[in-house]
Amino acid sequence: MSTASTPGVVRDAVDDPVKTGPSDGPRTRTTGHRTGYLLYVAGKLGGAAVSLFAILVTSFFLFRIIPGDPVKAMTHGKPTSVEQMATLRKQFGLDLPMWQQFTEYCAKALTGDLGTSYQFHAPVGELIAEKVPATLLLTGVAVLIYSTLGLWLGTRSAWRHGGLGDRINTGVALTLWSVPSFWLGLLLIIVFSVGIGPIPGMFPSGGMESGNETGFAHVLDVAHHMVLPVVTLVAVGYAQTLLVMRSSLLDEMGSDYLTTARAKGLRDDLVRRKHAVPNAMLPTVTMVFINLGHVAAGSILVETVFSWPGLGGLFYQALSVPDLPVVQGLFVVFAGAMILMNLLADLLYPLLDPRVGR
Amino acid sequence: MVTRIPPRTTRQPTRQRSRFRHFLASGAVATAMVAGSVIPLGPLLPAAPQAQAAPLTAPRTAPQAAPAAADGKKVLTVAVDQSIDSLSPFLAQTLVATSIFRLTNEFLTNYDPKDAHTIPGFATKWASSADKLTWTFTIRSDSKWSDGKPATAEDAAWTFNKMMTDPNAATANGNFTSNFKKVTAPDATKLVIELKKPQATMTALDVPIVPKHVWEKVDDFSKFNNDKKFPIVGNGPYVIEDFKVDQYIRLKPNKDFWRGAPKFDELVFRYYKDKDAAVAALQKGEVSFVSGLTPAQAAALGNADNIKVNNAPGRRFFALATNPGAKAKDGKSFGNGHKALLDQNVRKALFHAVDRKTIVEKVFQGNAVEGQGYIPPRFDSYFWEPSGSQTIDYDPAKAATLLDKAGYKKNSGGKRVGKDGKPLNFRILCHATDPNDKAVGKYLQEWWGELGIGLKVECLDNVSDPWLAGNYDLAFDGWSVNPDPDFVLSIHTCAALPATAEDTGATDNFICDKKFDDLYAKQAVEYDTAKRTDLVKQMQSRLYDTGYMNVMAYPNAVEAYRTDQIKSITTMPEAAGNLWGQDGYWSWWSAVPADGTGEASSDSGSSTGTIIGIGAAAVVVVALGIFFAIRRRSTAEDRE
Repeated sequence: MSTASTPGVVRDAVDDPVKTGPSDGPRTRTTGHRTGYLLYVAGKLGGAAVSLFAILVTSFFLFRIIPGDPVKAMTHGKPTSVEQMATLRKQFGLDLPMWQQFTEYCAKALTGDLGTSYQFHAPVGELIAEKVPATLLLTGVAVLIYSTLGLWLGTRSAWRHGGLGDRINTGVALTLWSVPSFWLGLLLIIVFSVGIGPIPGMFPSGGMESGNETGFAHVLDVAHHMVLPVVTLVAVGYAQTLLVMRSSLLDEMGSDYLTTARAKGLRDDLVRRKHAVPNAMLPTVTMVFINLGHVAAGSILVETVFSWPGLGGLFYQALSVPDLPVVQGLFVVFAGAMILMNLLADLLYPLLDPRVGR
Repeated sequence: MVTRIPPRTTRQPTRQRSRFRHFLASGAVATAMVAGSVIPLGPLLPAAPQAQAAPLTAPRTAPQAAPAAADGKKVLTVAVDQSIDSLSPFLAQTLVATSIFRLTNEFLTNYDPKDAHTIPGFATKWASSADKLTWTFTIRSDSKWSDGKPATAEDAAWTFNKMMTDPNAATANGNFTSNFKKVTAPDATKLVIELKKPQATMTALDVPIVPKHVWEKVDDFSKFNNDKKFPIVGNGPYVIEDFKVDQYIRLKPNKDFWRGAPKFDELVFRYYKDKDAAVAALQKGEVSFVSGLTPAQAAALGNADNIKVNNAPGRRFFALATNPGAKAKDGKSFGNGHKALLDQNVRKALFHAVDRKTIVEKVFQGNAVEGQGYIPPRFDSYFWEPSGSQTIDYDPAKAATLLDKAGYKKNSGGKRVGKDGKPLNFRILCHATDPNDKAVGKYLQEWWGELGIGLKVECLDNVSDPWLAGNYDLAFDGWSVNPDPDFVLSIHTCAALPATAEDTGATDNFICDKKFDDLYAKQAVEYDTAKRTDLVKQMQSRLYDTGYMNVMAYPNAVEAYRTDQIKSITTMPEAAGNLWGQDGYWSWWSAVPADGTGEASSDSGSSTGTIIGIGAAAVVVVALGIFFAIRRRSTAEDRE
């Protein structure tokens, strides 16, 4: 850092010969940078707000394209009179004209009320809040693990690219990446939950808890239930971080500044950690944040195979009715999470690479 | 290539490494905190008694031979996949929810497990007045609510009155009370229901009776889901103790149940959203029972130890429906159904070219019965078969003759063409989620293709839109039939048609036939069982002859349970019936635990050792990782 700022000061002095006073130089530069960053942040925040509003509006119309009558779908196969159906339509507000439904939805959404679910007769906010912890826990832990693992292995692979380790690493990661997650999940259930041959059944085959434990035993119980789904998500997911990290580090490998760093006498390990990796981080950070954005959406397939009570399952179930308020609410939440993560990544870029945002 | 110069100082890496360690440590703490705050703190309500009953340390000292739950509870675990939409009997529509209400609340009547005839439930006997308009039910005096209060006729009267006066309480079961004029309870054992017009289904009122003293406190029935306070007061064989959305529903036996308490200590409905995972859980012994198996799953489980596959006659029919020209009650036609299908000969020809035997053998792989009448043979009193001359059997030659007769001759290209010279091409609506629809569709394409008829199989995720709009020629149709057939018959009456083309009616397939309607009206008021049965059979005969519906098969209910957990259990029908979705609580109420059971409950307790093992393994892996990372670094340093 100190090496970067020294030439900056020198350049300032050279580039700006008409100075009003000797002490004004550095102050102007700092204020200018701060204003620049603030402008950059304001721009990004404004963009995020506009996107969020657009999503709020889109979500209403998008899901009304799905064919199907929610009332008919919900009552199918059950003796139901025409009067009962009419009452349900009235309860759901489906008897109102479209524009009226839309204005009511907007008015409510602005106050944070996402409506009431058709099938569960409960506020959508409550339903989502009920399932968010499970999804955040599962996908959050998985993303954390596979990002770290991918970063680490990717760095190793690139640094010794072409070697046996690199080939094995990339080969295994790519193979696992091309495996369908539901299939891998089922395989893990058969091998590690039911048990095959000498391998005993060690893990539960589904769910998030057995429901009998409390306190710390409960935490352990949840952790026990999490092992197989997390392993599935990590196995299928870590390849992307690995590959992106590997290729962006490879791009940096031939750079002159690395030779300079080595010429300064830095150890190979330090050259990698202090010089190469930070410069190769930008694309990987984007990738990690996009993955974090996906955390909220969960993983429908893995949640289904392991009967994990998360948002992915709720979304699928709501789509099949279609339970419009729930689908709309989830869409806003998923998109919101994505926007938020992108925003965070945008805000982080200038800190990682000072060239961004100037 | 690169000249490596030895480091000038060792201070920097040390500082670097310790900073790295700090970062690691703080990261780990932060992760643990996040995880801790995110993990819900478990079933807090029943926590106190259960914590005492099932201490975590118990399994460690428990003998290896008996891997039962710490307290040796006999748990019956049933795998389910459908979400509970509500625990309020006034709102719930899903089969899982309504099946659970059967276990927790008495209905006025019940169905005999042998042959599904009506037997006493909450009511011990019943009688109708001479004018058929007043029904008097005698309510049993030995039924108590699980909170100790007596269950009386007053509770039943309140339940029905609530549904009659509050539209929000009528959403789930309002159809049962739409013909009620007045419901009173003159005393604790007498319930009097006055009707607007006679109703033959009065002994099939499948409405859970709720405790008045609990439910009268509810303000808004459209929003009350009954899932916040446990246990839920009921008077059935089981009481709901705990519920977690899409995770489990836990029930305890009602020791005071008048018919006798269930034998298991606990009944748990546990969620397995994926059927293969549920099958794995059954193999492992995590669950005692799985339903809705595919032929492949049933075959795989057939050879497994301690597992019995139950392949029982189902309550569904799988049929072909033809669009009879969609119409509204106001007489207006709509939709784009093929005109050729209005000709009875064409419809008959299509049905003659359907080989039911092949469908049962190839598509259902033997797990179905060839279709005949509308009501499945499981309900043997109402089951009807076409007589010899009436039968539309598999006869492609006859089909060809019928088509010739209808004016659709084969052209030189082998295609049937109408008088207008246009080839005969039909569309069939298929459920994209149902593999049977798709497979049968392929066979129909082949069979009808040989006749010279083209068929386009339109598989959609949601078939209800084109169906309700009458935009189809044929469709795959299927309904689950109740012991009382009134509803499945009512959906083919003119009264079920939509009021206008813009409305939605209760109709299944837009059928409107005067003769069928007359018979329906007669059976609806016929209180004599034998006479009503005869009328129902006549209706099926008429439905068969009009040829708008043709039942191809009655799919079996294929399910499996662990014999080392369940010693005996009552099927319905008793001789060779199924366990899941019975009309009554017979299966779960009658189930007797096997000796030495416990695998079912092992999930709750036996995990401690495993968890410790896994924890140790995780620590070892992390430690090894760090060790190798550091070693690698030091080697690099040494090298430099």
